Amino acid sequence: MEPTLSWDLASDARELFRYQFMAHAFEAGTIVAVLAGVVGWYMVLRRQTFAGHTVAVMSFPGAAFAALVGIPAALGYYLACGVAALAIWRSGGERRRGRGGESAAIGVVQVAGMALGFLFLSLYGGVLEDLETLLFGTFLGIDSTQVLTLLLVALFALGALALVGRPLLLASLDPEGARARGVPVSALDVGFLLLLGLTVAATAQITGALLVFALLVAPPAAAQAITARPALGLVLSVAFALLVIWLGLAFAYFSIYPLGFFVTSFGFGLYVIVTLARGLGARPPALLGGEGRRHAPKSKPTPAAVG
Amino acid sequence: MSFIGAPASWASRQERLAARADVAIELRGARASMSGRVVWSGVDLTVRPGEFVAVLGPNGSGKSTLLKAILGLVGTPPGTLSVLGLPPGAANREIGYLPQRHGYDSALPIRGVDLVRLGLDGARWGVPLPFGPGAKAAREARRRVRETIELVGACAYAKRPLGELSGGEQQRILIAQALVRSPRILMLDEPLDSLDLPNQAAVTALVQRICRERGVAVLLVAHDVNPLLPYIDQVVYLAGASALQGSVAEVITGPKLSALYGSPIEVLRTGDGRLVVVGQPEAPHVHGHRHD
Repeated sequence: MEPTLSWDLASDARELFRYQFMAHAFEAGTIVAVLAGVVGWYMVLRRQTFAGHTVAVMSFPGAAFAALVGIPAALGYYLACGVAALAIWRSGGERRRGRGGESAAIGVVQVAGMALGFLFLSLYGGVLEDLETLLFGTFLGIDSTQVLTLLLVALFALGALALVGRPLLLASLDPEGARARGVPVSALDVGFLLLLGLTVAATAQITGALLVFALLVAPPAAAQAITARPALGLVLSVAFALLVIWLGLAFAYFSIYPLGFFVTSFGFGLYVIVTLARGLGARPPALLGGEGRRHAPKSKPTPAAVG
Repeated sequence: MSFIGAPASWASRQERLAARADVAIELRGARASMSGRVVWSGVDLTVRPGEFVAVLGPNGSGKSTLLKAILGLVGTPPGTLSVLGLPPGAANREIGYLPQRHGYDSALPIRGVDLVRLGLDGARWGVPLPFGPGAKAAREARRRVRETIELVGACAYAKRPLGELSGGEQQRILIAQALVRSPRILMLDEPLDSLDLPNQAAVTALVQRICRERGVAVLLVAHDVNPLLPYIDQVVYLAGASALQGSVAEVITGPKLSALYGSPIEVLRTGDGRLVVVGQPEAPHVHGHRHD
């Protein structure tokens, strides 16, 4: 029977959870939204969006490799995203991040990964199953084992972040100062990239490789546009990610259009609304604790007389 | 460098240095090298508590390296550098350090007060618990953060996003971050960079007040001594892989700087008391080592 939408929200909700697969989809979606909301907040703060994107497209070589050697696709995701995280770190793109953004070296890692994916696909010889699902996501066919795996991955990643959260924030804002205070800045850099890889691989299983950012960038970016309080920003980021995935799943269930479209549209819409509101000066002062924005007059340094 | 495995001579040296509690930082014939290149060598330097010392010199002369050596981030031969009577790196909790930086991105979602709080407990692992002893510690932490922000006069804008503050306001927040743990040594790397003249004077006056009132030893790296002249006690002038220390009148003279650079240098004094150094050669490695 085709699911039909009515004006009775209670019956809609009952309808939504009529099938086991939909309950699994909501469980998995909730898990990855919480994980992506938190990890994404750090990623946006650290200006590592391009690294995140590079890790995300590695799902393609990961899936191709998994098909080639006959392992589960999800395992291929985790392997490829982990390898990509290490490659980005080794490429040195990270160490120069503080001075003028992410390095072009990350772009080189990305294209190398895509080339490997193409090679694996040719060696495999067949057609990659569900290429569209791989790229754009699905809510169908998520089983309880997959939900349990996602839960364990999320618990591990969030536990690790809870442990390193404060030093990681300090190292992101002030790497030199953090190093002077004994914070292992380089270890945190590679550790965070690995956590990012893990998060991307988990999120991609719901949103697809290309639409990971609907959960990983849009909610944290919207949260950071609203508040400069770190704790509140993390909470809002998770709340926005949950909103996006829950609405996306509900709409996808009742409509003929795919999940990826709705999740991405809601993520984008959320970001647009928040930034427009910010542009109109409608940012609630209570959250910011001060008046509106003010731009600093940039003065020229005085000509050096001594030294 | 650590105490474990240190040569036996260390003990006596430590005792000797600890006995001189009146010295915050001491270098005796110290040498620093980075990636195989000697940045400076044979450097002697003494900074006492409550003393305000400016670190001057051309680009690439190793001013930032001096601060990093004191923090133990750049190696120096054992026994040539001591901080509060300890080898470099061992007393870092007593040092407030403000690295050189280039301003914060206006979209950075962090408030001044958050950055000051990170100065207090940002290096700690784990999440603070909001109950029990954690709550008491958090109250105490908030009190110290508030007091430090009052001390630097940043109350009016401490709760605004950092990227929206002016250069001078950011600098005061950063000084509060370095001060919040009540360090005995304060090291500031080019804090006056990109500030206008009134802000340069205001920030320097603030640093001097902290230095005097709290007996903090201050090392401040600058590329121009003139805004500092009314406030500092001594200068360290780095050039030609070596260094000179003394009062401004002793160090910034034609003969002294000529000897340091190894080429003729003239020091002119303008009518309003400003100093102008003429004839200094370009440092050999300005590019690529600017921030090293």
